[in-house]
Amino acid sequence: MMPNKSENFLSVKDLVVEYTAEGQVIHAVNGVSFTLERGKTFGLVGETGAGKTSTAKAIMRILPDPPAKIKHGEIFLDGEDLLKISENEMRKIRGFKVSMIFQDPMTALNPIMKVGEQIAEVIRLHNKISQREANEQAMKMLEKVGIPRDRFNEYPHQFSGGMKQRVVIAIALACSPELLLADEPTTALDVTIQAQVLEMINKLKVDFNTSMIMISHNLGVVAEVCDDIGVIYAGEIIELGSKEAIFDHPTHPYTLGLFKAVPHIDDEEDRLNPIAGLPPDPSNLPKGCYFSPRCPLVTDRCREGKIELKEIAPGHFCRCIVKIGEG
Amino acid sequence: MTALVEVKNLKKYFETPRGLLHAVDDVSFKIDKGKTIGVVGESGCGKSTLGRVIIHLLESTDGSIFFEGKDVTVVNRRKLKQLRENMKIIFQDPFSSLNPRMTVEQTIKEPLIISGHYSAKDAQAEAERLMTMVGIDQRLRLSYPHELDGGRRQRVGIGRALALNPKFIVCDEPVSALDVSIQAQVLNLLQDLQREFGLTYMFVTHDLSVVRLISDDICVMYLGQLVETSPSKSLFKQPLHPYTQALISAVPSIDIHYKSNRIILEGEITSPIHPKPGCRFAKRCKYECKACREPQRLEEILPGHFVACCRVKEINSL
Repeated sequence: MMPNKSENFLSVKDLVVEYTAEGQVIHAVNGVSFTLERGKTFGLVGETGAGKTSTAKAIMRILPDPPAKIKHGEIFLDGEDLLKISENEMRKIRGFKVSMIFQDPMTALNPIMKVGEQIAEVIRLHNKISQREANEQAMKMLEKVGIPRDRFNEYPHQFSGGMKQRVVIAIALACSPELLLADEPTTALDVTIQAQVLEMINKLKVDFNTSMIMISHNLGVVAEVCDDIGVIYAGEIIELGSKEAIFDHPTHPYTLGLFKAVPHIDDEEDRLNPIAGLPPDPSNLPKGCYFSPRCPLVTDRCREGKIELKEIAPGHFCRCIVKIGEG
Repeated sequence: MTALVEVKNLKKYFETPRGLLHAVDDVSFKIDKGKTIGVVGESGCGKSTLGRVIIHLLESTDGSIFFEGKDVTVVNRRKLKQLRENMKIIFQDPFSSLNPRMTVEQTIKEPLIISGHYSAKDAQAEAERLMTMVGIDQRLRLSYPHELDGGRRQRVGIGRALALNPKFIVCDEPVSALDVSIQAQVLNLLQDLQREFGLTYMFVTHDLSVVRLISDDICVMYLGQLVETSPSKSLFKQPLHPYTQALISAVPSIDIHYKSNRIILEGEITSPIHPKPGCRFAKRCKYECKACREPQRLEEILPGHFVACCRVKEINSL
């Protein structure tokens, strides 16, 4: 969990991603660091535009350049810095060692290609096997995600949303990746289907011993599948810790605000406590703490300079000078 | 107390190339004045269609709609215009429901002008009042939708819906497209407006946590039919229909120490085209039996708590 331990399977260090649009620089990811052990799941929670997807795409190296640029940082996977290797080498890793489940199953699939072929394509790309063998494996994958093998020859439009997302998951898992990046994998799905998909992901994780990064804005989903959690705001991780640390002892005012702003299924509250204001403009971030304009605990010192992520309990980090007693 | 809105045996079928799609199939319920009824269900269950049929954005196929005790199932143009002043809708997606070429002020003013009740000057003043009411700064009155964030856009949608002081508003997933911290702001606004003006809401959503927060009564919908209706408290304390039980159990809880007994449903929603007469949930239900092939009726199982399931008492040991 320590951000600078090196024997981890994945370690992201001080990642900075910027987009340039019409001469303006959008600061999407501003120094994100975290680590992930083999077989564990790290949850990245935050709102739209917080930099969750940009972080995942940086790991996959699929950020569109231009406009996006990885300005700084290291991404060590199994001891190898993914940002230093050639595109050719990266292509061998992508879809094989690392793969990604995209948010929207409606747009992630090729509409004019049979779903089975879309799975077999990945398998053939990374393994020297015949088309027939690849097809056979693809059918096995379909079954694994709960789709009958005889639907191999159907097109995406013949599937429901939940089924399409399972196809996307089958593609991502086709080569038994060691690291799976799941970007809001259930957001587009109905709750009962979401429950099915989450259960399946949890099972596949155990079967393949896959490490996973789960990106979500839904605290419940994160609670369900993650071991460790990073809360991200305006491109910075503002709180980091084990699931127990974050859910039992949320500390950062933003994390606390998030918990209070969301209605809970098992609570009889009749009014929410919203976080005032809006997330900051990423092309014009406030000085000091990025959350300070919305923070109920803000002091003058919060607006002065950069706030560091400090350890407040073993393995539990928080980026707030008021909360950790330096304010 | 008479109900503000009541629907009886309401049906809405759509012709499709593959046959007749039963989007809303024999739905009856009433909403008392000043209350909120939540309609929950998964995509394709007909909850949005139901809302649209009630406010006459779609014509009903069969059944009746009453507003303030009067039958408004079929209305002429003049009556419809009057009715529209009293029944409004807030749409799900504030990105596509606002005219991109109209400013905030024009958007809110348009229904006032169309009504003919306001002079240009009065409409201006009224639009300003509405903007203040929904929390949009006056400085944004000449902004276009693309210049606003999702939360503000939805406030514009709400401002427009409130023009002409409606009595009844269908809120069709009004916060689904918004981020959690913004969602809370908009939900609180809707609650404040209801309290202040005695508004009656029909709140359509797939989000059970939101519906629990905002509703007095809840209707659970599955493939065009109501399977359970109940006061909100009773529904969450003791869901009785197997579908409601599965639905509530499927919501991921943030309580990490409490392991819920999740009911994982097998299979997917069956087709709403030419559905068989029996229970439409039967195919995914673990309690399915022969009697499920007969049409199911809503029956009062607990006070005010109605369930359409032939085995409900046995399943819940009542």
